[in-house]
Amino acid sequence: MISLTDQDIDIAGLTDLVRHDSAGAVVVFLGTVREFTRGVQTKSLEYTAYAEMARVSLQQLEAEARQRFPIIEVGIIHRTGALSLGDVSVAIAVSTPHRAEAFAAGQWIIDTLKIRVPIWKKEHYSDGREEWQHPGLPSPTESLGAPSEIPNFAADRIAAKDSAGDQ
Amino acid sequence: MNEIQVTVLFFAAARDATATESTTELLAENTRLADLRTVLFTRWPQLARYGSALLWAVNNQYASSDVCLRAGDVVACFPPVSGG
Repeated sequence: MISLTDQDIDIAGLTDLVRHDSAGAVVVFLGTVREFTRGVQTKSLEYTAYAEMARVSLQQLEAEARQRFPIIEVGIIHRTGALSLGDVSVAIAVSTPHRAEAFAAGQWIIDTLKIRVPIWKKEHYSDGREEWQHPGLPSPTESLGAPSEIPNFAADRIAAKDSAGDQ
Repeated sequence: MNEIQVTVLFFAAARDATATESTTELLAENTRLADLRTVLFTRWPQLARYGSALLWAVNNQYASSDVCLRAGDVVACFPPVSGG
């Protein structure tokens, strides 16, 4: 089960969804809004998604997780919209026969989601500044450089990151 | 030569750079994604400065630069993702 929602995530409901008589373990991961990042104070966060592709991407993530791990049930819910400190931005619940597989599956799902699924967060800092979080993107204040002549397109880079993550 | 029409969507900082959510482009048949990228970078230097850091998708799937675009394709251009 995957979902993209602008409403509070029902963590208990998500957990119940994956509980099963053949499961020996349920692992729940929550991503929450942190106040300080590298010493800078966050006031709130705003998540924006390319909703249509994000749903496709989350469905592919679930399908691939089920191929990689002996998953009985899995639920992935991601928030959009404005979030306050401590709010849950993403919740992943997974059940497997034994605990090691549940921890491994949950870790793989959140790590891969953060690389692949087209959702972006914008930080609203306590000093009034706003900033998109785009790992690896030159900041607007950096000097203009010529675009790379070597095409380095998404599919190649995503594949490279995935295989690096497996090591 | 026949022309095809594709839609391009921009998200997050890429949307800020172009100051538009989407654009419709008329392209020659067999235009590759890399060629469309060049057209867009020429029009929006603020987008071009992000260069190879940008991610590209065609019809909701990440796409490589040599893919040939077809009539009606929806292309998306966006910076590295930061969900989670």
